[in-house]
Amino acid sequence: MQGPVCMILNGQRVDVADVPPTTTLLAWLRERRGLTGTKEGCSEGDCGACTVGLRELGPDGKLVTMPACACILPLPMLHGREIVTVERLAAPDGRLHPVQQAMAEGHGSQCGFCTPGFVMSMWCAYRSEPRPSPERADALLAGNLCRCTGYGPIVAAASAAHDLPRPEWDDDDAAAAPTRLATLPTTALDYEADGRRFIAPVTLDELADAAARNPDATILSGATDVGLWITKRHFAPATIIWTGRVAGLRELKEDDGTLTIGAAVTYREAAARLAAHWPDFGKLVARIAGAQIRALGTVGGNIANGSPIGDMPPALIALGARLQLRHGDKRREITLDDFFLDYGRQDRAPGEIVTAVTAPLPGKGLHLGCHKVSKRFDQDITSVLGCFALTLEDGHVRQARLAYGGMAGVPKRARAAEQALIGQPYTREQVDAAAAALSDDFAPLTDMRASARYRMQVAQNLLLRDYLERTTPGVETRLAPATEGV
Amino acid sequence: MDAPDHAPPVRDGVHVPRRHDSAEKHVAGRAIYADDAPEPPGLLHGAFGLATIAHGRITALDLDPVRAAPGVVAVLSADDVPGENDTGPVARDEVFLAASEAAQSGDVHFHGQPLFLVAAESREAARRAARLAQVSYAEEPAVLSIAQAMEAGSRFGTPYRMARPDAEGRDAPQAIEGAPMRLSGRVEIGGQEHFYLEGQVAMALPGEDGDLHILSSNQHPSECQLIVAHLLGLSAHAVTVEVRRMGGGFGGKETQGNQTAAAAALIAHCTGRPAKLRLDRDDDIVTTGKRHDFVIDWEAGFDATGRIHGICVTQMARCGWSLDLSNAICDRAMFHADNCYYLPAVEIVSHRLRTNTVSNTAFRGFGGPQGMVGIERAMDEIAFALGLDPLAVRRANFYDPPDAGGGRSTTPYHMEVEDCVIAEIVDDLAARTGYEARRGEIRAANASSPVIKRGIALTPVKFGISFTTSFLNQAGALVHIYRDGSVMLNHGGTEMGQGLFIKVAQVAASELGLDLDRVKITATRTDKVPNTSATAASSGSDMNGMAVRDACAKLKARLRGFAARHWKVAEAEVEFLANRVRVGRKTIAWEALIEAAYLARVSLSATGFYATPKIHWDRDAARGRPFYYFAYGAAVTEAAIDTLTGESRILRVDILHDVGRSLNPAVDLGQIEGGFVQGTGWLTSEELWWDDTGRLRTHAPSTYKIPACSDRPRVLNMALWEKGMNRELTIRRSKAVGEPPLMLAISALHALSDAVAAAGDYRRYPGLEAPATPERILAAVERVRDG
Ligand SMILES: Cc1cc2nc3c(=O)[nH]c(=O)nc-3n(C[C@@H](O)[C@@H](O)[C@H](O)COP(=O)(O)OP(=O)(O)OC[C@H]3O[C@@H](n4cnc5c(N)ncnc54)[C@H](O)[C@@H]3O)c2cc1C
Ligand code: FES
Ligand code: FES
Repeated sequence: MQGPVCMILNGQRVDVADVPPTTTLLAWLRERRGLTGTKEGCSEGDCGACTVGLRELGPDGKLVTMPACACILPLPMLHGREIVTVERLAAPDGRLHPVQQAMAEGHGSQCGFCTPGFVMSMWCAYRSEPRPSPERADALLAGNLCRCTGYGPIVAAASAAHDLPRPEWDDDDAAAAPTRLATLPTTALDYEADGRRFIAPVTLDELADAAARNPDATILSGATDVGLWITKRHFAPATIIWTGRVAGLRELKEDDGTLTIGAAVTYREAAARLAAHWPDFGKLVARIAGAQIRALGTVGGNIANGSPIGDMPPALIALGARLQLRHGDKRREITLDDFFLDYGRQDRAPGEIVTAVTAPLPGKGLHLGCHKVSKRFDQDITSVLGCFALTLEDGHVRQARLAYGGMAGVPKRARAAEQALIGQPYTREQVDAAAAALSDDFAPLTDMRASARYRMQVAQNLLLRDYLERTTPGVETRLAPATEGV
Repeated sequence: MDAPDHAPPVRDGVHVPRRHDSAEKHVAGRAIYADDAPEPPGLLHGAFGLATIAHGRITALDLDPVRAAPGVVAVLSADDVPGENDTGPVARDEVFLAASEAAQSGDVHFHGQPLFLVAAESREAARRAARLAQVSYAEEPAVLSIAQAMEAGSRFGTPYRMARPDAEGRDAPQAIEGAPMRLSGRVEIGGQEHFYLEGQVAMALPGEDGDLHILSSNQHPSECQLIVAHLLGLSAHAVTVEVRRMGGGFGGKETQGNQTAAAAALIAHCTGRPAKLRLDRDDDIVTTGKRHDFVIDWEAGFDATGRIHGICVTQMARCGWSLDLSNAICDRAMFHADNCYYLPAVEIVSHRLRTNTVSNTAFRGFGGPQGMVGIERAMDEIAFALGLDPLAVRRANFYDPPDAGGGRSTTPYHMEVEDCVIAEIVDDLAARTGYEARRGEIRAANASSPVIKRGIALTPVKFGISFTTSFLNQAGALVHIYRDGSVMLNHGGTEMGQGLFIKVAQVAASELGLDLDRVKITATRTDKVPNTSATAASSGSDMNGMAVRDACAKLKARLRGFAARHWKVAEAEVEFLANRVRVGRKTIAWEALIEAAYLARVSLSATGFYATPKIHWDRDAARGRPFYYFAYGAAVTEAAIDTLTGESRILRVDILHDVGRSLNPAVDLGQIEGGFVQGTGWLTSEELWWDDTGRLRTHAPSTYKIPACSDRPRVLNMALWEKGMNRELTIRRSKAVGEPPLMLAISALHALSDAVAAAGDYRRYPGLEAPATPERILAAVERVRDG
């Protein structure tokens, strides 16, 4: 259906028909709506100064409130959603919201430029969960950078907000939100402005059809990659096809011992399920970006972008995941490792879409160890990621799938190292042999994140760490995980 | 000057932990930054076209594709600059737009140097168009690193030397030679990107007669005004620069905001339309200067207690392509090559290296931190060689406490340290934190932890307060009392989050005897207070507080005189109370006094001025008193490393810091915590990485990693030193606090180093370089294990 982008902004319905589809929410708020409380610190999703509250109705019809980076969010992605900016939080009579008051009283701002973003992250959490522990606050705020305060007062404020009286106006507003959202169209969107098109189908068939008919179109899911092409490379495609409104792509299913993750499932949505089956996978997801990016970034996007340093593929490859693709009505399924052909090249035809990834649920004796190493602990891109799925039986390695990120032009299995382990007793000697074999598997690159030498050394050491964790549980092998939850 | 603590008990006067004056506006999104000001109709947006080589000449330049791009209104190159095409703050060596379209030429000095300027109807249009230029270059070999620059002899001026013989007249090499033991070493220290959350931005509004009003995010409005005036061939009086607040500065807007302001001004001047330039974050990181990276060599002679007899220090700093503030910064690195330690015979040589990289600039500490890392490394390495606790060696070398008369209080630059309280602070901190016991426990625990190792370190800080360029130590203020008794306050200092405005307002409130809410703080403007110095060198509240005090004193004198005449009492019988004035036996409300004074035609407006006393500096002789006083502090940090990956965490930090009599303890603690965490970022995760072609590849927060929330110390105990009291007559006996706490983070580097040493059973010295990224830590672990 041709039509405008329909959304709720700070409680009011707004229909937008006059901005190019690649206009970011941030630019629109600041330049068109005069809402300058939301700041731009980087325009790449990394600093959180632009954080807004994003609301939608979940599959169960319940209200979901999550933080999002306005700077990389193309405006049409707000179709059918509600946006809350910092200007909305105080009561109509000017009383500050508890998260604002706690920040102001607790010296949580110095220059104040990061502050609206922190306030919004804290507000989203305030609306959704109880008082955060310091570790939980770390997770909630990992996507917000502050250069002035050193964070202590901010973390304290996130907790102190819960000591202040409930903001009845905000509770009332949340209660009214589902009704507001229900007034927005649920049909497909076909938005055109400035000679460029943004299509948002609602069924999988429509999506597959649209993609097949427009093989040059850009498929868009969470925009946590594509948004940066827009802000940094001035990317302005003629047609964008957004997956985010296709209910069928946002499903997480378990049957016949298989977990199926729809391509448009976000990190945030997938995290709990992954953590339940593979605790280390859960910890890995918690270290992908910050809460804002995890709310939007999708599993399918993380795979489809083909990046050698995406965090989902190594873990999924280690689990023996398979990828489902669809071109028009032609469906096919391949192993996930086969999808990654070479740096920048994937086994995906123009117009073909990724629909889901499946992984066998853990069988007996299988354990997945995930080890992400990056310059900074939280919200950093992987230098080296090692994901090791081993099935041990009577002290022997029955099955081994070792997958790495950051070691080659694609996420890749270490076949030689696997061979050094399979069928062997699981001993330090064998692990050392597997580590040595890694130099047959990989010739990593040097870049700003790490040198080739470091990458190789860490890749080897991670096998040892994984071994120690499986065999000597008493030994401390990781620096206390700082954050808690996704 | 009268007794400093004689102030009526007004609400939120000095020494009260008042929250930041803009706190409510910050949290509500109502604080207005330069980019938030309403945009006038017809506003143009600018973008720079940047060089894509590190060194060479432009041989051909086609800007027509830029001109033809949608929305473009003007494309400006060096040809369009009516005045001097230069934004250099000290030396005029900083070409503003490097390309000349008419001459088809231009020299390129670094990758990312602005060549030309586009003005377009939207920011997006300007940024897109800027990429369309066709530029051909004749490339020349680039000097990128410190090693290359030393090799090529590429430097600014000749190496600067500071030296002092010991009491026996032996110079440093002789003293080293004569000492029982000798050791030498080298430490490499990376630079640092400011990463103020608000990037560089300015908006220029043309007025009549070609005048310009510029809103800038800028620590130095007066300099910005002069640079814009020079650039446009105008007098300074034609240009007004206004700064309400910055979203962070940290030194990165002391000179680096001028380029952006100049660009907005040039567009406005050439087109007659208002113009704004806001740098994209990546362009901001590429085109603006950073903290200088250093390599420091040292050789020391010492005895069995670790006490130094003589030391030679060579500091090599990468300055980048232009001089900017590098001389003053490198001087300050030399002034802090001693930190808290008396160096009997000393020689410090400084090389200011010219490279084909962005011009490095001021950053919190201004060279001091690098100088300090050098001497702290020497202390640590000497202790390791002697098998002593590094703290013991540090203590053995401290300057004498005040009035000790032990002959150990002269700095390498011949200034007497009269206020050295570091021994007392360190004793206090070590005792409070159980430093020694914990050090033993950590060592024991490490023995049974094969993968994770912990370390601990206590390091002190002594930081000199004043601009070392003496003439900069002046400040002005303007205070108006309106007829209703409300007060408007203005001074030359700028607010960047450090709480300067609230502190100075508290000073005004206490001086005038008014509650804080009667005092309004207003934007810094060059048309209100002229010829100001940068808000830098931690001096903001020291100097502007004093200037405001001077203005308030003038107003009070006038009011006192008036009241005495009017109510016919002696001047001594006029006393300023809180919000009231006692005149003889009567008490008069402040408002009533003001109204009466107004009717009696008494001027209710005053300027104030301050010039820091006592300081002088003879650069040629490398001798003098560059600092009014010193600020002190110390920190104990406990950290852990993963010996398999090199990852690290800071576990616990305890800080004891001397801010004198704090003007605002909440603000001061905020500076300490923020400074410490910023310092740990510099020394751990923040790595600037250039590729072989001279391109900075860490130009965004995705690759340049400042501390995130979970990087803050898990346990942080901070205290202001209770005995703190400035010996000098500073404003209310407070001490500056902006920069010194950053250097407390050196304790984190040494705690990490201690943890690395544990990986090799304390047999080899780790030689951990900064920033101690996982990669550097792992390399150090390998080194100590190979031995
Ligand atoms: C601040 C920040 C931090 C980050 N940190 C991490 C991190 O720690 N670890 C990590 O792995 N990643 C990280 N990322 C990147 C990560 O968020 C993305 O890789 C994300 O997973 C992409 O998903 P998306 O839904 O946002 O994809 P989009 O940006 O919408 O699309 C990405 C690519 O996939 C294609 N695509 C998307 N969906 C489909 C589909 N269904 N079928 C076919 N093609 C499709 C798009 O055309 C595009 O080429 C970070 C990103 C940001 C901005
Ligand atoms: S502006 Fe930095 S995350 Fe959006
Ligand atoms: S308060 Fe300045 S960046 Fe957070």
